[in-house]
Amino acid sequence: MGRLITGAENPTVLYVSGGNTQVIAYLQKRYRIFGETIDIAVGNCLDRFARVLKLSNDPSPGYNIEQLAKKGKKYLELPYTVKGMDVSFSGLLSFIEEKAPQVLKTGEYTPEDLCFSLQETVFSMLIEITERAMAHCGSQEVLIVGGVGCNKRLQEMMEIMAKERGAKLFATDERFCIDNGAMIAQAGWEMFKSGQITPFEETFCTQRFVWFFLKILFPNF
Amino acid sequence: MEDESRNSIATMPVLMKQGAEAKLYKSTFYGKPCIIKERFTKCYRHPSLDKSLTTHRIKSEVRALLRCRMNGICTPTVYFTNMENSSIYMEEIEDAQTVREYIQHVQANENSDTANNILKPLGVKVGEILGIMHSNNIVHGDLTTSNMLLRGNPAGLDVVIIDFGLSHFENFAEEKGVDLYVLERAILSTHPNTEDFFQTILDSYKKYNLKSSVEVVAKLDEVRLRGRKRTMVG
Repeated sequence: MGRLITGAENPTVLYVSGGNTQVIAYLQKRYRIFGETIDIAVGNCLDRFARVLKLSNDPSPGYNIEQLAKKGKKYLELPYTVKGMDVSFSGLLSFIEEKAPQVLKTGEYTPEDLCFSLQETVFSMLIEITERAMAHCGSQEVLIVGGVGCNKRLQEMMEIMAKERGAKLFATDERFCIDNGAMIAQAGWEMFKSGQITPFEETFCTQRFVWFFLKILFPNF
Repeated sequence: MEDESRNSIATMPVLMKQGAEAKLYKSTFYGKPCIIKERFTKCYRHPSLDKSLTTHRIKSEVRALLRCRMNGICTPTVYFTNMENSSIYMEEIEDAQTVREYIQHVQANENSDTANNILKPLGVKVGEILGIMHSNNIVHGDLTTSNMLLRGNPAGLDVVIIDFGLSHFENFAEEKGVDLYVLERAILSTHPNTEDFFQTILDSYKKYNLKSSVEVVAKLDEVRLRGRKRTMVG
């Protein structure tokens, strides 16, 4: 889906949403995970912090954090956990959950500052592991997908990293980042085109189907 | 000032390699061949985060390099550290290839059974090194086959460990388990059919980290089940 919208050929993919945080690249006929979260997903971390600040769920907690972060100025240093190409957010979340009420009470930091600090820290971790994967695979393209991929600051940071490496960034917008129906339709269309056809009588649903199980036969690969 | 002091003790550095976060230069230090590892600013991150990460990583790297040597593990000797320009001056490991290159070379030239047999002693050696590191509470943080060098004739198994920027000194089974998990993922995603090779490493590791290997391997199994969605089809 990301490739269809953006025209990227064979990018390293950062897949960030409420349930997933993975760095994926295509190697030997399958998408392979090079790095991922070893505990909670980045979107989950952001959403749970939004709850600490009692931010609205309308239109989404992540969007509201992004808007507040734009007004944040003062940077609070937070735990930064990168292990090889993997990241971890649970320690950071516990830290900020405990710290936030204290520093807000004393007026040392504003909610805007905390949103800003949180975004800067978690996104830096994501960019770092993406860059490692790109260096590892010698990739010159990078694509951001998933709900958190809508975040403009994340896209901006990725753009800077890509530019520094002489690589190209592809990003989709919220119309495609969060529309699972469209993504499934797209995968079906690609499978049909490459001759993978399932008769209607044998067609069924499984909610637990996992993408990395798929052998990708789509053209261009 | 900087350039003068550099010139008086070192020859002009020549850029050798640019990694994700550091540039490696070849130079000499008081006549000895040396590598300068210079960490550069990452413009995407907040300046204070960037500065604190860079400082922290240089310190961790130098400390771990030294601590490994004190425990008989080969790492490059640190000659000098310059915090002003975020550089570490260290011994150049001459006549060496990465373990990654060696495995690829062996796999390209042999069938998979023969390759596994050839790689076995290397796996035992790597397991021994990691066992000693962990029993001394040194956690590498970024174990990959690119961060292990093989000096001289590969049969000599003279393995040198490098790139300790993400290392830390800790006595938690969790940290050590994740260290092994990172290595397992790095090996399996870089080299096809190396499940046996990793198992050899793990078996040898258990012998050299008698104190805590049971706990660490249990953590490894636990970490494997975390994060990634397991396949639940059928």
